[in-house]
Amino acid sequence: MKLSVNGKDREVDVEPDMPLLWVLRDELGLTGTKYGCGVAQCGACTVHMDGLAVRSCQLAVGDVTGDITTIEGLGTPDSLHAVQDAWVEHQVAQCGYCQSGQIMSAAQLLDFNDSPTDADIDAAMGGNLCRCGTYPRIRAAIKSAAQKIQEA
Amino acid sequence: MGRARTIGRRSFLIGSAAIAGGVAFGVYTARTPFANPNLKELQQGTASFNPWVIVDSDKVTLIATHADKGQGIFSAQAALIAEELDIDLDQVEVSFGMPDKAYFNGAAIDAMAGFPLYDNSPTAERVRGFLGGVVKLALPMMATGGSSAIPDTYEKLRHAGACARETLKLAASQQSGVPVGQLKTERGSVILPDGTALSYTSLAGIAATIEPVEKVALRDPKDWKLAGKPMNRVDMVQKCTGTLDYGIDFETEDMVYAAIKVNPRQGGAMNSYDASAAKEMKGVKDVLEITGGVAVIADNTWRAIQASNAIEFDWGEAPYPAEQADHWKVLEETFTEESLNAEARVEGDVDAAEGEEVTGEYRSPYIAHAPLEPLNATILVTDERVDIWTGHQIQMFVESIVAGITGVDQENVHLHNKFMGGSFGHRLEFDFIKQAAEIANQMRGTPVKMTYSREEDFAHDFPRHITMGRGVAKHKDGKVTSLDVQIAGQSVMRSQMGRMGMSLPGPDAQLHEGAWDAPNFNLPNLRVRSYLTEALAPVSSWRAVGAGPNVFIYETLLDEAIHAAGADPLEERIRLMGHDVSVKVLEKVGEISNWNGANLGENRGRGVAYGFSFGVPVATVVEVTNTDRGIKLDGVWVAADVGKVIDPGNLENLGQGGTVWGLGHAINCEITYSDGMAEQSNYHAHEGMRIWQCPPITFAALENSPKVRGFGEPPVPPSAPALGNAIFAATGQRIREMPFNKHIDFV
Repeated sequence: MKLSVNGKDREVDVEPDMPLLWVLRDELGLTGTKYGCGVAQCGACTVHMDGLAVRSCQLAVGDVTGDITTIEGLGTPDSLHAVQDAWVEHQVAQCGYCQSGQIMSAAQLLDFNDSPTDADIDAAMGGNLCRCGTYPRIRAAIKSAAQKIQEA
Repeated sequence: MGRARTIGRRSFLIGSAAIAGGVAFGVYTARTPFANPNLKELQQGTASFNPWVIVDSDKVTLIATHADKGQGIFSAQAALIAEELDIDLDQVEVSFGMPDKAYFNGAAIDAMAGFPLYDNSPTAERVRGFLGGVVKLALPMMATGGSSAIPDTYEKLRHAGACARETLKLAASQQSGVPVGQLKTERGSVILPDGTALSYTSLAGIAATIEPVEKVALRDPKDWKLAGKPMNRVDMVQKCTGTLDYGIDFETEDMVYAAIKVNPRQGGAMNSYDASAAKEMKGVKDVLEITGGVAVIADNTWRAIQASNAIEFDWGEAPYPAEQADHWKVLEETFTEESLNAEARVEGDVDAAEGEEVTGEYRSPYIAHAPLEPLNATILVTDERVDIWTGHQIQMFVESIVAGITGVDQENVHLHNKFMGGSFGHRLEFDFIKQAAEIANQMRGTPVKMTYSREEDFAHDFPRHITMGRGVAKHKDGKVTSLDVQIAGQSVMRSQMGRMGMSLPGPDAQLHEGAWDAPNFNLPNLRVRSYLTEALAPVSSWRAVGAGPNVFIYETLLDEAIHAAGADPLEERIRLMGHDVSVKVLEKVGEISNWNGANLGENRGRGVAYGFSFGVPVATVVEVTNTDRGIKLDGVWVAADVGKVIDPGNLENLGQGGTVWGLGHAINCEITYSDGMAEQSNYHAHEGMRIWQCPPITFAALENSPKVRGFGEPPVPPSAPALGNAIFAATGQRIREMPFNKHIDFV
C-alpha cells in the first residue's frame, strides 16, 4: 500500500483496516502522533489529510485518500511552524503528550480562519483533550499565531 | 497558634513504619553522603564533582533525576544547578541519569512527620530531621511525588552547582596561575582578570584531577540571574514538534509489541481463557500467561490489542463489593468507634459550643488518573542484565521489583527513566512494570514494548479513594462558632504500599489531610475525626491525595455555616484563619477577583474556597452564571503561596492546570463499579474539562511562606468547593456530592 506522508511516498505492508495512527507509529516510526484513546475522544492522534484535521485512530489506512501531514511534517525544532512558534513563546506544554494533536488542530483552524474568535477556537479545539489543563495558554497561543500570520 | 496536643495522638505514619522495621539511627551518622555514582564509569578527562554535574571536553551535563510528569521539574532542576554554576540552559545537556541512592528524596518525609506543614516549631523540625535521617539510611528512596521535588532540590542542587563552579575555578587557577579570588564565572566559562574566558569544557581535564569543593555558601536569591524569572523549559521545543520520546515512543531493534488483558475485577483471578482465535490473527507471535491474565505478543501494537480483544475469558470474582451502591453502604457503616483512624484535631468543645446547627453529608467518588499517555513499559531481559524503558515516579523500586521477577541481580537491572505523558499518581504504581517484566522474562533476549489499551488503562487505574464526610457546624451572632467534621474512607497509603509488599501500621494521616491541618486558628471549636475501612476497591494516590476530598468536605460545610450565619464567605474565612500567610492568600484572591466589587447581578454567583496541602495555602474564587442550558463558568481566580517561586511562568501554568484538573473532575468524573468492574472505559464516560468549558483563570503567587514548596498538587483541592460554593450563590442549590453533573447541568 502506498501513502504520501510529509511529502514523501511511503510503502507499507499492512491490512487496510489498520488505523493510520498505528501505521504512522509502529510501521513508519513517526511517533510524534500519539495514541491516547483509540476512539476519537482525545484528539492526540490528529494529523492532516490534504490539509484537513482528522483523527488518525479512526481513519483506516485503506481509506486514506490524500496526502498526510503529521506533526513532524508541520515544522521542525530548527524551523518551527507559526503555531509551534506561538506554543513555544507561550510555554504551553506541561506533559506535552496532547500537544501534537492540539497543534495540528490549531494549524488547520488558522489555515481557514486567520482571526478566530473564542467561539471559533472552542469549536475547532473542543475535540482535543488536555489532561494537564493548558487550555488558557492554548487559547492565547492560537491568538498570537493568528496575529503573526496576519502580519506575515 | 492552635495545634494538636501531643505527638502520641498524631498520625505517625512513616515513623512507625521505620520503627517496625527495627531501624533507628542518630542524625549524625545519617548525614553521611553517598558516593557519586557518576564516578563509576567516568571516561578519562571527564570531571564529575557530585552526582548532578558532569563536564567533559564537549559538554556540560546536568543530571535531573526527579521524574517529569509534565510539572516541569526536569527543567527546574537544571535551572537550580545552572543558577549557581553560571551557565545558561541552552549550553547544557540535561539527563534523567540512572537511578542511585545518592539521589534519594530528602523532603518527601516532611509531610509524614505528624506535624502540620505550617508548624515550623523546634519540636516539629527536630522530628522531621530525625525522620529524614532514618529514611536516608533505612530507605534512601528516589521518589517524585507529594509535591516534594522542589523542596528536595531547592538547596541541594544549587549547592551542587556552586561546588562545581568553585572546583572549576580551582582548575582555572591551576591552569592560569591566577589566584581563585580574582576569578569570575559567567555563561559556562571562568573569566580571568584580563577578560580571557576559559570554558568549563576546556577545564574538564584538570578539574577531573582536583578534589571537588564540598562546602560553598549559596547566593542570596535576590542576586539570581536565571531562577525567579520566567524561563523557557528545556523540553518545550521538543514537546511542540513531536520530537520528545515518551516511554510509549521508545523503539529498539528487533522489538516486539505486547498488549495485555488482566481481570477487570481488580485483583481477581483468571479462571480460564481461550486464545485460539487470537493466535490465528495476523502478526500475532504468541500468547503468554501473566499474573491475573494474558499478554498477546505481536509485530505491532494495534495487532496485539486487536488480538487481545479476541480472547475469551472466565474471570474470577472481585475481592471487594461488586456493586457501587454497596461501596457507599460500607462507608456509611464506617463512622464507628471501632473504625476510628484518628481524632486528628480537637480545639475547644464542639459538643458544648453554642449556636444554631447546620449539618451536611458529603460524597467524593472514585476517580481515575487516566494520564493521556497510556501506561507502558519496554523491557529487555537477558541472563546477565535487564534494561527497562518507562516513566516511573519511584525509580529504584522499579529496578528491585524487576530484579525479583527475573532473578537478575538488582545492580544489573537498569531503569532508563522517560518523560511521562502525565501521571497524576498512576505512575507510582507497579502493576504495569510487573506485567511487562513477566512478559519480557518469558521472552529473554527480545525487547518487548507493552502498551495498555485505553480501556485496559481505565480498568486498572487504581482510582482516587471514595470518601464520605459528615459535618455539624454551628453559628451565632453572624459568626461561625464550631465545625465538627467526620471523614470515612480508605487508606490510600496502605492500599498502595500493600501492593509494594510493605505494611503500614498506625493511623493514616492522608485520610484527614486538608481538614485536620486547616489553619482556622480563630475558630474556637473544631474537631476532625477520620474513620478507616479496608473493604473496598484498591486505590492509589491521585493528585493531592486526601486533601482533594477533604477540602471539598470541609470548605463546603464551612460555606454552608457562613451563609447560614449571614456572613460574607471571604471575610468570614479571613476572620477565622489566624494564619498570617494564609490570610494574605485569601486577601490576595479577594483583590484579584474584585470580590468586594459590584453585585454580579441576576443568576450569577461567586464562591470561594481555601485549601492547605503539601505546605501550600491556596485560595480560589469561581464565578458562574446559571443559564437556561446550565451552569456556565465565567472566571476563576487563584492565589497561592509557595515560599519562593523558581519559574513564575511554569508556576502559573501549574496553577491554571491544577485548577482545570480540579474543576473538570468535580463537574463530570467518577469511576463506579458494576459486577466488580469499572463502568467507565474511556474518556467519553470520564471526560474532565474541555477548552470550551475553561474560563479565564487569573493566577497570583505570593512568597511569604518561610519554606519553599512544590506546586504540582496544591491548586487542586480548593477548586471543587469553590465551584460548588459559587453554584450555591447563583442558584441556592447546595451540591454535596461530586461529580456535580449528577445534580445540575453544565453548559
